[in-house]
Amino acid sequence: MTLRDDFLAGVRDVAPVLLGIVPFGLVAGAAAVEAGLTGAQAVGLSVVVFAGASQLAAIDLLGDGAPLAVVVGTVVVVNLRMVMYSASIAPHFRDLAARWKALVAYLLTDQAYAMSLTRFRENGVSRRGYYLGVAAPLWVVWQICTVVGVVVGARVPAWLPLDFALPLVFLALLVPAVEDAGTAAAALVGGTLATVGAGLPYELGLPLGAVCGVLAGLLAAPVGRALGGVRR
Amino acid sequence: MTATDAVVWAAVALGGVATFAVRASFVFLYERLDIPELAERALGYVPAAVLAALVVPAVLTLDGVPVAEAGLPPAEALRTLLGSDRVLAAGVAAVVAYYTEDVLATIVVGMGVLLALGAV
Repeated sequence: MTLRDDFLAGVRDVAPVLLGIVPFGLVAGAAAVEAGLTGAQAVGLSVVVFAGASQLAAIDLLGDGAPLAVVVGTVVVVNLRMVMYSASIAPHFRDLAARWKALVAYLLTDQAYAMSLTRFRENGVSRRGYYLGVAAPLWVVWQICTVVGVVVGARVPAWLPLDFALPLVFLALLVPAVEDAGTAAAALVGGTLATVGAGLPYELGLPLGAVCGVLAGLLAAPVGRALGGVRR
Repeated sequence: MTATDAVVWAAVALGGVATFAVRASFVFLYERLDIPELAERALGYVPAAVLAALVVPAVLTLDGVPVAEAGLPPAEALRTLLGSDRVLAAGVAAVVAYYTEDVLATIVVGMGVLLALGAV
């Protein structure tokens, strides 16, 4: 397959996911204006930071007049999980030129990471082509939705639970990722701790669940093998 | 009190630089660092752990509030969750995901079930 084919395959795969980020992007734009940011600041935040959960946390804090260090610190903590994405996806992009690596890094999101890594398990896929096919439309739709949110507010019909689409996307990627005792333990512990920690400050529940989930996977893998549950 | 313009722009710039640094970290450093074998194995568990940490709290909500913050006693929280539209819809969607491994089919069925339950 050529670079172009793989780019288009990425675009095709990400299309349903775009639906899921629409309400999220609208809220990011509308919430920024409600918190007292100008339209330019709202769009600036979306373009420069480009990470939804951390944007919403920052908007909240800026609206409350929190100190700069607290705002930036919160953004970093909320995005800290991306260190794991960066490490996990890095081997696939080790041969790229620095400018492509920079683009890959700038566009790294939950969705782009999860979708690409799922597809990278197959051989013969152009990593760069597929990744950009997934990541670039996410960027474009996110920016458009932020602008629309700034201008007209976040008007999603109340009967249409669009906010449920994004968890469904992650669910669709999660199910095939659970393939043995180690990954099952990682998912169980990660999901449980993130749920219990949902009220923690700085959105710490997510990184807490993710890190403990990975540790649980490492611990459970030998147990699974000892029980003969090897399916790889 | 809302932050001043200067603080907002500083937050945008510094938050952006820091976020890029986090994302770029290993993409740039991977070859230069000697990643231990244990860390390599750990990375294999990142997708399952992170995806579950994103999905489960989003499904286990009561009227849009994460269950941990709803303030219900555990037994009652569990009972309410088991009858919740979102949990049922996610359960059906998980079965679809298992058999089809298709994102679109999972979204369509999950949203469809949630809408249908809401209409009942």
